[in-house]
Amino acid sequence: MFAIFKKEVQQFFSSLIGYIAIIVFLLVLGLFIWVFPDTNIFDYGYATLDSFFNIAPYIFIFLIPAITMRSFAEEINTGTIELLSTRPVTEMEIILGKYFAALLLVFIALVPTLIYFFTVYLLASPVGNVDTGGIMGSYFGLFFLGAVFVSIGIFCSSVTSNQIVAFIVGVFLCFFIYLAFGYLSQFGVFIGKNDYLVESLGLSAHYDAMGKGVIDTRDVVYFLSIISGFIVFTRTALASRRW
Amino acid sequence: MSVKVSSLSKIYGTQKAVDEISFEVNKGEVLGFLGPNGAGKSTTMKILTCFIPQSSGTATVCGHDTIAEPLEVTKKIGYLPESNPLYMDMYVREYLEFMAGLHKLGKITSKRIDEMLEVTGLIAERKKKVGQLSKGYKQRVGLAQAMLHDPEVLILDEPTSGLDPNQLVEIRSLIKQLGKNKTVIFSSHIMQEVQAVADRVIIINKGKVVADDSTENLQNLTGNEIIVTAEFKQNIERSLLGNIRGVKSFEKMKDGKWKIVSENQKDLREEIFNFAKAKDLTLLSLYKEESSLEDVFKQLTK
Repeated sequence: MFAIFKKEVQQFFSSLIGYIAIIVFLLVLGLFIWVFPDTNIFDYGYATLDSFFNIAPYIFIFLIPAITMRSFAEEINTGTIELLSTRPVTEMEIILGKYFAALLLVFIALVPTLIYFFTVYLLASPVGNVDTGGIMGSYFGLFFLGAVFVSIGIFCSSVTSNQIVAFIVGVFLCFFIYLAFGYLSQFGVFIGKNDYLVESLGLSAHYDAMGKGVIDTRDVVYFLSIISGFIVFTRTALASRRW
Repeated sequence: MSVKVSSLSKIYGTQKAVDEISFEVNKGEVLGFLGPNGAGKSTTMKILTCFIPQSSGTATVCGHDTIAEPLEVTKKIGYLPESNPLYMDMYVREYLEFMAGLHKLGKITSKRIDEMLEVTGLIAERKKKVGQLSKGYKQRVGLAQAMLHDPEVLILDEPTSGLDPNQLVEIRSLIKQLGKNKTVIFSSHIMQEVQAVADRVIIINKGKVVADDSTENLQNLTGNEIIVTAEFKQNIERSLLGNIRGVKSFEKMKDGKWKIVSENQKDLREEIFNFAKAKDLTLLSLYKEESSLEDVFKQLTK
């Protein structure tokens, strides 16, 4: 598994994809938090990172499928999947190697944003008057959110040999699982009956819950089960190519 | 027994790509896999390398079943797929290091890579990206990758496609050399190549094994006719040739040049020489045509 992980990470950083993804992520977020009116922290007047954690998921929706779209689609397209499958490694090792490589990229993209946290920390009056617990919870939430999107992106890449298709389907699925359930729960058929249940199927409910600074095991279990679900789907999709 | 295949079948939808084939390959044997396009050569190889599962039958490599113990099988096998897929944006050495990592070679990685670069003549190209190499060099990278972990069984799907004549000779002698202490299965549709390299040939057609014998035996399969080509300086009457004893048929190729076919594996060269001497004819050339694998192939896969 380590060999594949290493190769994927090398590929991210030798083909510019890694740098571009990280730079675009930081640039767009930076603009929203510090520059654009309505969302920037100075106009808002409160020492919080709420706008950061509201916008970051939307950037992830586009950026993560872009990172993962080539992972299997390219291997299937060029036939190199045959090289991998005929080596003494299991399918699971191949999938996890690719999964953790993309996750590492998400992690690396998140690390520099800690500067935003320290900036807000210093700008607060008095200095340090920020909801550190809430922000740390949000970071965990955002990382889990990224982890779910990576598993969705890898799955989409494994069902097609076309990277564009993998990207578009990936964006759609990420968007759907993040927001759709929250909106669905507001339909008349659900309100007052099982709207809470429907809402809790979506990612945003669990992401928001973590943003309050509480790391609830139910949320963690939710994130982990979605991730493992998509990893198992990926495995099935890969195996079905050989039938 | 290195490789054992028994009543192996693969069905794609309604099409039988491989139909109940069985064969065995021993250690130290070079097996040539011959067949027209779409005969099932690549499918058989893909089953042996655990890339696709068979529909029925069994395949074992070094005693390990391809379905039950794929990890054991893939450890023993070095495989060069038909289209030679490679990671084009990797450097040659980086690519081989990645492959070594998949085989968990550990400390010997660097030494093995150096050896493989040497054997395949890639030393000068080791710092280039795979995508920049010419087809022949890409093929060598594919071969280096297949031999990297010193496998007991080498499965090479059309290893010499895209090579120039010099490289062809090198790679053929490499395969032959490897076959001394390994099992090599390679496919090809170049007859001369199989003739030159393989100890044994399996010809498959439409998913079935139509011949499985040593290369020499197969060449003799064409029947008991021996063809001799004789060229005389003078034009000769057709009827004269019929006087030679043992002639079955003859055919005029051009003025003075005749193709003479004998019966019962009789070599007519002596008779023809005596005939020319007796009739006072000048014989310019006289040679016996070796029946080739090509003829056998044509007959069997018609």
